[in-house]
Amino acid sequence: MATIIKSYEPTFWDKLYIPALVQGLLVTFKHLLRKKVTIQYPEEKLIPPEGYRGLHRLNKDANGRIKCVACDMCSAACPADCIDIIPGSSPWDDGKERYPVSFEIDLLKCIFCGFCEMACPEEAIELTEIYDFSDYTREKLIIDKDGLLDVYDKTKDKNYYSNSQNLTIKE
Amino acid sequence: MDFLALLIICVKVLLVFAATMLTVLLMIYAERRISAFIQGRLGPNRVGPHGLLQPIADGIKFLMKEDIIPAGVDKPIYLLAPAMLLIPALMTFAVIPFGSDITLFGRNIPLQVADVNVGILYILALTSIGVYGLVLAGWASNSKYPLIGGLRSSAQLISYELTMGLAIVSIVLLSGSLRLNDIISQQQGHFLSWNVFKQPLAFLIFLIAVYAETNRLPFDLTEAEQELVGGYHTEYSSMKFAMFYMAEYANMITAAALTVTLFFGGWDLPFLNETSMGMLGVVLSVAAFILKTAFFLFLFIWVRWTFPRFRYDQLMNLGWKVMLPLALFNIFITAGYLALTI
Amino acid sequence: MTFLFYFVACLTIISALFVVLNRNPVYSAVMLVLCFFSIATLYLLLEAYFVAVLEIIIYAGAIMVLFLFVIMLLDLGREAALPKLKKLDKALSLFLVVIIFLGILTLTIWSGGDLHQTLNPSSVGDIKAVGKALFTDYLLPFEVASLLLLVALIGTVYLAKRRVK
Repeated sequence: MATIIKSYEPTFWDKLYIPALVQGLLVTFKHLLRKKVTIQYPEEKLIPPEGYRGLHRLNKDANGRIKCVACDMCSAACPADCIDIIPGSSPWDDGKERYPVSFEIDLLKCIFCGFCEMACPEEAIELTEIYDFSDYTREKLIIDKDGLLDVYDKTKDKNYYSNSQNLTIKE
Repeated sequence: MDFLALLIICVKVLLVFAATMLTVLLMIYAERRISAFIQGRLGPNRVGPHGLLQPIADGIKFLMKEDIIPAGVDKPIYLLAPAMLLIPALMTFAVIPFGSDITLFGRNIPLQVADVNVGILYILALTSIGVYGLVLAGWASNSKYPLIGGLRSSAQLISYELTMGLAIVSIVLLSGSLRLNDIISQQQGHFLSWNVFKQPLAFLIFLIAVYAETNRLPFDLTEAEQELVGGYHTEYSSMKFAMFYMAEYANMITAAALTVTLFFGGWDLPFLNETSMGMLGVVLSVAAFILKTAFFLFLFIWVRWTFPRFRYDQLMNLGWKVMLPLALFNIFITAGYLALTI
Repeated sequence: MTFLFYFVACLTIISALFVVLNRNPVYSAVMLVLCFFSIATLYLLLEAYFVAVLEIIIYAGAIMVLFLFVIMLLDLGREAALPKLKKLDKALSLFLVVIIFLGILTLTIWSGGDLHQTLNPSSVGDIKAVGKALFTDYLLPFEVASLLLLVALIGTVYLAKRRVK
């Protein structure tokens, strides 16, 4: 059996429309006084949420040497195939045999998935929270080993690796 | 007419023109800022202090832009149309009194460019002339969207002009004169002697009709961006486009000033007798006029960012089946009341 | 003032001529609006403000806008859409124009020929005087005219409704 659903019947008060119009005006007026959501970029910067994946960095150990052992795990894990490592035997003689002669990441290819930092056995590669690294040419957006180590120097006091590990545990 | 009188008239004309143009610039800025605030944004705030120089930057940009005349337009009318819209819009303000009389050099100078004894009719005539700018711009562009915009505007403006005129008739019935000065002096004195309180229905009808007349949301069917690209000014660029823009805002300013004059006592401050206070009274009256007008200009923007656009049939229904009978009913009641009391 | 009168009078005649001579209906309409404006200016020179403003509100503001609306709606705006006049039509219209012009000329000369005859301007331009005249001396023509308009209105509604069915 079909049920008859009574649709909305406007009362006389509703049909005047004026109260509803005033109500609408009040809503927009409240918005007029509300706090604005705009972040004025060069002066103010957005603070990314925890676990944000931005520009990469290559970590250094306690001696200030590069942690990376050029195992190519990150390069293998990378779905975008943006990491290019040339390994070589290390110039140091304290048990660490390999180190990267060259370590290049093509930031235009990278999809910032964070697989590289999860694959890394040495906790050497990490994604920082830096998001504003645009440039004018493709060549300038291929970051090399020195660049990645500079990023580490800039963000030394932050430990992103623990953040991303927390995230993987939650999964 | 001696030399001094001529000079005074010239100064008044220049003053009113400059004030209108300045307010147009301020309105362009205010529209962008207030719309941004309502949407939780900041709006233009980079050019000058608080972005106040933004309209000037816009103007410079308009001047530098290439002035494109598309192939296939009807050139004479295409070039004439923006001026046909802007000139009546700027002329209308001439009859609106913006302050009580001022005494300078031993002369009594009314703060009004021209004291025409058919002031209201003058305004109605000029607003009805403004339609030509829109319609001819739409036709001359030789393009479908402007044409539809122009057609819509002609039908819309004629429909709402009628209602606006009838709402004004009830005010004229009360004051017994078409001079705007008489209408203001009739509203002077008490707070409740303003026409809003005597004619609330006429005020409402007039306000709605004015929004339709100035092509502002919720009645901006002539330039509905989502349907008609830009409406009648789709094919216009550079300074000619800016002229359409300026005309729209100039019309808004006149409409706000007219609303104040007809329903809110013009430059009158309640409980004060400005004419007997000398210079202070003049300053106070001008300030009152500016403040009241500013409120209605704000209302224009406020309403624009609150209400959605009408559909075309809804617009016509509202105009002919609701507003027109209401306005006639209001005239009937007012005339009946006056006939019984006088 | 006299110079202004001659200037506006010339403008009236020239714009009126353009209304007739123009092949493009939109241009004709615009010229007619200009013609109305110059006539309104002539009224202003006679200090008949009310009549001048009414001329603009009613003819230029309302009626001509509707004319333009119809021209645009039916897309008569392009010249090619208009039929060419035949020779006979041309001769006939020329004949009529000459007859009417001569008729007006003789009437004017007959009635004293004084073109500078002045009316009392304030009685023509005053709203109260116009209103009084409409509701006393000219009440019958006024009411008949409104009846005529009503008939036209009903006729239009009837025609429009029938086409829908």
